Amino acid sequence: MAESLPSTEVPLIADLTPDVSDERLAGVRVGVVTFPGTLDDRDAARAVRIAGGTPVPLWYKDSDLQSVDAVIIPGGFSYGDYLRAGSIAAKAPMMREVHRAATADGTSGSAPLPVLGICNGFQILTEMHLLPGSMIKNDHLKFVCTDQRLRVENTETPWTAELDRGGEIVVPLKNQDGQYVADARTLRQLEEENRVVFRYVGGNPNGSRQDIAGVTNERGNVVGLMPHPEHAVEPGFGPSSSGTEEVAMRYGSDGLRLFTSLLRQIVAA
Amino acid sequence: MSEQQFNLDTVDHARTTPDTDLPWAELGLKENEFEDIKKILGRRPTAAELAMYSVMWSEHCSYKSSKVHLKQFGAKVTDEMKKDLMVGIGENAGVTDIGNGWAVTFKIESHNHPSYVEPYQGAATGVGGIVRDIISMGARPVAVMDPLRFGAIDHPDTQRVVHGVVAGVGGYGNSLGLPNIGGEVEFDACYQANPLVNALAVGVMRHEDIRLANASGVGNKVILFGARTGGDGIGGASVLASESFDDAKPSKRPAVQVGDPFAEKVLIECCLELFKDSVVEGIQDLGAAGISCATSELASNGDGGMHVDLTKVLLRDSTLTPGEILMSESQERMMAVVTPANMARFEEIMDKWDVEYSVLGEVTDSGRLVIEWDGEIIVDVDPKTVAHDGPTYERPYSRPAGQDATQADRFSESAAGRDRPAGAELGKAVVELMASPNLCSKEWVTDQYDRYVQGNTALSQPDDAGVVRVDEETGLGVALATDANPRYAYLDPYEGAKASLAEAYRNVATAGARPVAVSDCLNFGSPEDPDVMWQFAEAVRGLADGCMELGVPVTGGNVSLYNQTGGQAINPTPVVAMMGVMDDVTRRTPSGWAPTEDGNAIYLLGTTADELDGSEWARLKGHLGGRPPRVDLAQEKLLGDMLVNMSRDGMIDAAHDLSQGGLAAALADACLRFGVGARIGLGEVAERDGVDEFTLLFSESQGRAVCSVPRTEEVRFKDMCTARGYAFARIGVVDAVNDALDLQGVASVPLAELREAWSGTLPKYFG
Repeated sequence: MAESLPSTEVPLIADLTPDVSDERLAGVRVGVVTFPGTLDDRDAARAVRIAGGTPVPLWYKDSDLQSVDAVIIPGGFSYGDYLRAGSIAAKAPMMREVHRAATADGTSGSAPLPVLGICNGFQILTEMHLLPGSMIKNDHLKFVCTDQRLRVENTETPWTAELDRGGEIVVPLKNQDGQYVADARTLRQLEEENRVVFRYVGGNPNGSRQDIAGVTNERGNVVGLMPHPEHAVEPGFGPSSSGTEEVAMRYGSDGLRLFTSLLRQIVAA
Repeated sequence: MSEQQFNLDTVDHARTTPDTDLPWAELGLKENEFEDIKKILGRRPTAAELAMYSVMWSEHCSYKSSKVHLKQFGAKVTDEMKKDLMVGIGENAGVTDIGNGWAVTFKIESHNHPSYVEPYQGAATGVGGIVRDIISMGARPVAVMDPLRFGAIDHPDTQRVVHGVVAGVGGYGNSLGLPNIGGEVEFDACYQANPLVNALAVGVMRHEDIRLANASGVGNKVILFGARTGGDGIGGASVLASESFDDAKPSKRPAVQVGDPFAEKVLIECCLELFKDSVVEGIQDLGAAGISCATSELASNGDGGMHVDLTKVLLRDSTLTPGEILMSESQERMMAVVTPANMARFEEIMDKWDVEYSVLGEVTDSGRLVIEWDGEIIVDVDPKTVAHDGPTYERPYSRPAGQDATQADRFSESAAGRDRPAGAELGKAVVELMASPNLCSKEWVTDQYDRYVQGNTALSQPDDAGVVRVDEETGLGVALATDANPRYAYLDPYEGAKASLAEAYRNVATAGARPVAVSDCLNFGSPEDPDVMWQFAEAVRGLADGCMELGVPVTGGNVSLYNQTGGQAINPTPVVAMMGVMDDVTRRTPSGWAPTEDGNAIYLLGTTADELDGSEWARLKGHLGGRPPRVDLAQEKLLGDMLVNMSRDGMIDAAHDLSQGGLAAALADACLRFGVGARIGLGEVAERDGVDEFTLLFSESQGRAVCSVPRTEEVRFKDMCTARGYAFARIGVVDAVNDALDLQGVASVPLAELREAWSGTLPKYFG
């Protein structure tokens, strides 16, 4: 863990503000970084758009964050997962900027940038040491694509503030290297500090330690998870189930709440 | 290159050494073909020319045995069929207008032999190759599908092939960000040493973005970009794809290409940016026959001339000879024609994506394809003679001597056919059928493929067709299904091919889409065997006649011959890929009933006759004989039209077509889809159709589908069937309370038991 900063003094989680105008939501700019080999960037951008925000494409070679309010590192196979999933992308110029903004000193008045890493994005964030642990090949050694049930363990991040703690969501999971591993001390620390954000329920699909599907950093602004919330945002094109209700085939849209949560938190902050 | 490790065989040298021995036979050419080449050139070919002709005149590239038959696809068409066809057969892939300014291109190809020799790379590069065909039309690829056929499920070698092929398809396709939305998995001993790996890709573009493979504009630059050229896949098209396997020959592994999906993904994005800025005049992917194919096809489709310096090709292996460079099938390469004015922008885009490129030469008006190496001319040919004037064979064909005996061997008269299960045994028979390798759950395979990426997948396996949205504003999209019934085709290739077509048509319509175009992948044994050639000729005739009858054109496809080892050919396997259009993909029809449909009426459309020959039930009992089910395409068209209208007007909540495994499999599938049972009464329909309950359940009569109809829609539903004169019968109700497929008065099969049998088969064999 590279973070040496104390927990931020800037409040990350605002009080819920039920009435947020569409206009204000649309004013929230969310960057989506594209590397060579990124696959789910257009899907992440679509999720931001459906949630009401404005997606901003960010190219990995650039070093200008374009004053975005948050950043999503989307899924895919950056650099073909060659060498090690996420390892090469972690060194990109844009990621230096993301690292700087995500670890910004709260006391200086600039809040740390909310960052969400999905799948390969999660792998990249661990390679950058913005998040602890690492991902290795699934225990069954195969690629797996499935509708995955998750329990929400932490609602104190901007990405999960409007989810129900202890509640369940269903989002697609699709990866080859999704087994979350960390040393015993890190795992203990994650549990003690309530930094496991999502946990697999109804079966562990890849052998992840302690059923961990997603974690956050000490300050709660950086979240990474292996499953894909951006693929459960639009009725008709999502998973066939939901954590809360009976839905029609492909009508599951639990993932949308991560994006609306982020937008509303930023508007409220 | 002053000190070469080989003797450079220049055109001048060839002129002065007419009697030099050339390895034409090793390169797969026949003696008469070699003589033809000499006649065309007026001299012996150089080593490099020989390399080019040998790959371009191979069966795989030239369609020399098949093209006399394939002509029917172009001849048996009406103006009505051509109405929406923007680009037809002959280009990299056909293009169909789907409305709102959108065009769709799709194509299916084989990568059979490489996938047996080296399953992972063979399958992976099969996906890569078809995707590049789609890109080279100017389209963004949006989905892939893979019909796969393997040997007997319990044969020890099947493990190796299945694991490699499935991982290869997934490993490559998943890394490209293309949802895999369907396909087929079949196991049959006839594919033991000749597995079939067919790959389909579909792409979308705006009308104005269509690109063609031609090199026009004298002085325009000819550029090779993408991966470097290496020693992989040399002779893949000629030596590997165009000959039967023979144990006596050395391993063909070096002829299999090695894929790099990351390079391909970058190439896709890079090409789309080139298209967006209109930077290229013509573009061609490098697949079979590599640079030989790309240069000769681009040149002969354009102004007719091209001058290329082969030493400019960026190499992975500096020891390659010019002939090897010309033949190499290294993956992830494209060739573009760019005006000098656009070169700056071209270079900018290459730099943005870190893609390597090299200007090889220019378009000329000489009518000649001239290739130099180190300042010396090593190729000087009319490109049309390489790309288009290959040999054409009228291969002899005749109805196999044993065909009559095969057709006389009816299942109903066999021991297994006479010993039919009845009463309570029928419940066990349904479970046995659903656990069989060909009807069991294919999740073990499809869960290794990403079906979500791109966010437009509205339907995928295990539903009848894959459906993807094309236009996010309106919901306009396409449905795709691939089907073949090789057992029917073995019994009667003409009718069997029609049945494959009918099934693909029915699948697309059942999903709610209007079928509009066909691509086919024709997998057969050796064309040098008159029996096989008869199967091929009959199947093509059946497909062409069938397409004409359905009013759906063939837009392109691929022929794969020599799928045989020794004297043993595969069952004739004409795979039909059907594309349909939907105005709003959210109206798509699922293939099973959901819990919310509790109490819906279940209707069976169509009638059932005793047609068990070639059926899945007969396969389970080890029988293959008789005649395949009769296909009535006028009825199929009517049924398809009804299913599309019923879906659009909200008359049905779910529908599933009846094909392999008949009514039993359709009902079981529909129950297992969302784990919701049904109560079914067979008696009335069996009596109406004059068949017993066993036949009603397991016969594979065509033109049938089951539908889940809300109570409120029953009147409209029945009115439509009556008005169209299509047979229908209410056979039961959806039952979300009792978790069973209850064949009333016969047997009740608990869904848990059915699911365990259905989902256990593939994991049992493959882990």
